[in-house]
Amino acid sequence: MREYMTTRDIVGPLLLIESVSDVTYGELVELEYPDGTRSLGNVLEVNGDVALVQAFEGTRGSNPSQTKARFLGRSLELGVSRDMLGRVFDGLGRPNDGGPEIIPDKRLSIYGSPINPTARDFPDDFIQTGVSAIDGLNPLVRGQKLPIFSGSGLPHNELAAQIARQAAVLARSAQDDVVGEKLEGEFAVVFAAMGITFEDADFFTTEFRTTSAIERAVLFLNLADDPAVERIATPRMALTAAEYLAYECDMHVLVILTDMTYYCEALREVSAARKEVPGRRGYPGYLYTDLATIYERAGRIKGRAGSITQVPILSMPDDDKTHPIPDLTGYITEGQIILDRNLHRRGIYPPVAVLPSLSRLKQKGIGPGKTREDHADLSNQLFGAYARGLQAKELAVILGEAALSDTDKAFVAFADAFEDRFIRQGKHEERTVEETLTLGWELVSLLPRSELKRIKDEYVAKYLPSDSES
Amino acid sequence: MEQGKIVKVAGPLVVAEGLVESKMYDLVRVGAEGLMGEIIEMRGDRASIQVYEETEGLGPGNPVDATGAPLSVELGPGLLESVYDGVQRPLDVLERMAGAFLARGVTAPGLDREKQWEFVPTVSAGDTVTGGDIIGTVQENVVIEHRIMVPPGVSGTIADIAGGTYTVTDAIGHLKTAAGETVPLMMMQVWPIRMPRPYTRRISASEPLTTGTRVIDTFFPIVMGGVACIPGPFGAGKTVTQHQIAKWSNAEVVIFIGCGERGNEMTDVLMEFPELVDPYSGEPLMKRTVLVANTSNMPVAAREASVYTGITMAEYFRDMGYNVVLQADSTSRWAEAMREISGRLEEMPGDEGFPAYLGTKLAAFYERAGKVECLGADSGVRNGSVSVVGSVSPPGGDLSEPVVQNTLRVVKVFWALQDQLAFQRHFPAIDWLTSYSLYLDKVETYWRNEVSEEFRSRRDECMAILQRENELAEIVRLVGLEALSAEEQILMETAKTIREDFLQQNAFRDDDQFSSLKQQDLLLKTILLFHERAIEAHGSGAALKDIFVAPVRERITRAKYLGLNDIDQYESIASDIETQLVGGGADDEARAVYAGGER
Repeated sequence: MREYMTTRDIVGPLLLIESVSDVTYGELVELEYPDGTRSLGNVLEVNGDVALVQAFEGTRGSNPSQTKARFLGRSLELGVSRDMLGRVFDGLGRPNDGGPEIIPDKRLSIYGSPINPTARDFPDDFIQTGVSAIDGLNPLVRGQKLPIFSGSGLPHNELAAQIARQAAVLARSAQDDVVGEKLEGEFAVVFAAMGITFEDADFFTTEFRTTSAIERAVLFLNLADDPAVERIATPRMALTAAEYLAYECDMHVLVILTDMTYYCEALREVSAARKEVPGRRGYPGYLYTDLATIYERAGRIKGRAGSITQVPILSMPDDDKTHPIPDLTGYITEGQIILDRNLHRRGIYPPVAVLPSLSRLKQKGIGPGKTREDHADLSNQLFGAYARGLQAKELAVILGEAALSDTDKAFVAFADAFEDRFIRQGKHEERTVEETLTLGWELVSLLPRSELKRIKDEYVAKYLPSDSES
Repeated sequence: MEQGKIVKVAGPLVVAEGLVESKMYDLVRVGAEGLMGEIIEMRGDRASIQVYEETEGLGPGNPVDATGAPLSVELGPGLLESVYDGVQRPLDVLERMAGAFLARGVTAPGLDREKQWEFVPTVSAGDTVTGGDIIGTVQENVVIEHRIMVPPGVSGTIADIAGGTYTVTDAIGHLKTAAGETVPLMMMQVWPIRMPRPYTRRISASEPLTTGTRVIDTFFPIVMGGVACIPGPFGAGKTVTQHQIAKWSNAEVVIFIGCGERGNEMTDVLMEFPELVDPYSGEPLMKRTVLVANTSNMPVAAREASVYTGITMAEYFRDMGYNVVLQADSTSRWAEAMREISGRLEEMPGDEGFPAYLGTKLAAFYERAGKVECLGADSGVRNGSVSVVGSVSPPGGDLSEPVVQNTLRVVKVFWALQDQLAFQRHFPAIDWLTSYSLYLDKVETYWRNEVSEEFRSRRDECMAILQRENELAEIVRLVGLEALSAEEQILMETAKTIREDFLQQNAFRDDDQFSSLKQQDLLLKTILLFHERAIEAHGSGAALKDIFVAPVRERITRAKYLGLNDIDQYESIASDIETQLVGGGADDEARAVYAGGER
């Protein structure tokens, strides 16, 4: 082991250690401060005999002359095993639920390796979340990365917990007009908390415990009062565990990462300490690439039974979608579920802003065999009609309700009913996709039949409730 | 070859000393695993190297081996249907070698060395040839005839040449140069990616690159050899538009570069293209496609190289006399890769941290597009083109950011994607008011000869209607539709028809994803006929609300789903318009009689 006491500078979370030899980029370092505190770190840059080390657990208690740095000759790893299920770990993957150490099946570098694009299998299995606003309009697909864009004070935790609780995969159906049965499968949830409060974390752990979901969950918790730089490692810890469970234990893993905003802030902190040229709003220029190394670890691989589906949560500063964090995330992920403050204020849960939300893989995940033949058309129609209803409402604000044509009035009525019955749903209410579609048909029956332009005539004839007036 | 030693490692950048004889942009092998790298800066005997693989585990003292050659691609039979990373490593081969995850230091040549190709010579011993001349062909697949050329800069007399089955590195014959040397001829050429391949001269392009997407072909056309950019915020449909062009354009060869984008998108292309049938050849689209996939989580330096790798391949097919379309999705990720490397080099940054040479690099890249007279003795007979369509992902959809602005300086077509349109599910979400094409006048002759005499004027009229709609929309918002004159109300309806029944196009619907130019013209003709007749009908007394509910409108709405074989349907729609809009309202006999007098 190579141990040095040659620290020269300590700046924020960074230490500059001199006169080192045989140090490699990315190497794991164990730091021991004069007061006995220990911290793990890794090498960010090595220049001749000088190494720049970032301390995951902070530099409090360190000083230049008495800090010991041991270079461990390997990168940061996580010992993985099936026994991780049901356990709670800290942000660096050490048990913090009072339970025993995990006896690892193998040790994996937390940085992983990119999946070869030719080895990927395209995500096209519908996941039923039991939430109409998602299943009906922006469905989640196995192997997808679909973030929730939220804001402070919005119920993103409740929605994420509900998805984790209810997510299920449906069997392929032989008939186009029948939805397949719910499949029981090897399902696991990996939860990574980065910088969230104790209360938020407690909500999730309690939620997982009371529904006994904890038995198939692995939790990594870095809370608001834990060292910020540790957050850079936390999502990678979680994804390493997820990859093991998915690709070696054949499980379908749902990864919830919350809150990506704090992760990015930790990254910015390190970047600022390194005096790097900043990109937008002080975030490093490589934020996109860095986020991609997290989000792109979702997916499916040909010939392997398991999959990784990611639902990252991020709070948009000031609800601003153009802020670099949601913006770059949106460019990497396959869509986004956006929560809306106005709906929330009106007491509608889940307050999903349907129009700007998007699931890019929707086309592949729904339709005959997967859900039902009319799903795509119906969802297009619901979108279109809701958009038109909102437009008409805006017009009514300016010109008064009386200025609206009868058709527009029908669309306004539709939009209200849509928000009240389709989007709104109980926190513990689970709707099958069939129930969601039925509800959708009930709602479009509020519109004149001639306005159902986006649905094939045969579906209108087959599914439109017969008692509705045309 | 000389060997240097690493002195510094910072992310994808490695600094090595002891490389005295190496040159800028030389390829080097870094560390014990021999990771690929390229020299991008030299100070004394210290060379800064961007490494195309993860650098974790490298440290000072590790060896760096010079190769003395610049980073190059291999060009020859076997390119088509391949999937490469940013530095032309075949990803399917890597998968067989190393499994589902990309491992470091695993590499394979760009062209299969074992595969045998049937070579048919088109020249014989004694013929004089010069660089660029075609000396034979290989039927690479049912769609593309791969033309084997004399490498640029080589000339002489064919000493011997023989048809038969060869690998790409076998000698298919020999060439005697003017200096009396005998050089072997191979099917494979090697070309440095940062150096444009030579041609005889650039020529002006006037033939449209048709894409089957109506808003592009009719309103904002691009020519074969043209350059276009698609900027837009996320979710606006850049990638779908790019895929549409890759699928349905009338280019002979398609190079698709996934530059720093999603892995699943490349998988989508990989799974879909072999299934989709090219409307021109009837064969799977994959047969004319080369994919360069350097996804966002793959090494950032290889992303920087990927666009050069792609365009060099495009130029190679152009040199054979083909029309090639190159798609780069997304050039913003490429620019970010440059920014990251520049930052590691501690260069003084320009706008938003991008290097000061961003504009120069972008311009130089797009300038490699164009229509050319190919190199060779038959120059002037053999023409080829490279069209480039680059997507840009501006942060927050802000078009004033440096990548968009520098791109707009060089491209001639701008397809502005709007997220507002996407929210309304108006796809493709190309904003007809802010987009532009500077090729309109160039394609006019072609349109006149191949489509119809009136296509351009119809297009311009529709554009004017859309413009006018935008002005009137303001008034409608303030005081309501009723405040408009009847003629203006008809115009608003026509504009809506243009938007919904012409501009909107469903990329996922079999009968809508591809529209021929002929069909686009007929659609416009139909829409404008309705507009004209509606105004006339109103002039002779028909009520607006009756005009607007004429049953023929339903047929106009569905006209875009008509195939090419249903041309007569358009005539029948036209005659419906004539009969239903003769002054009177729909099914209103009294009015029809009244108007009948006038017509």
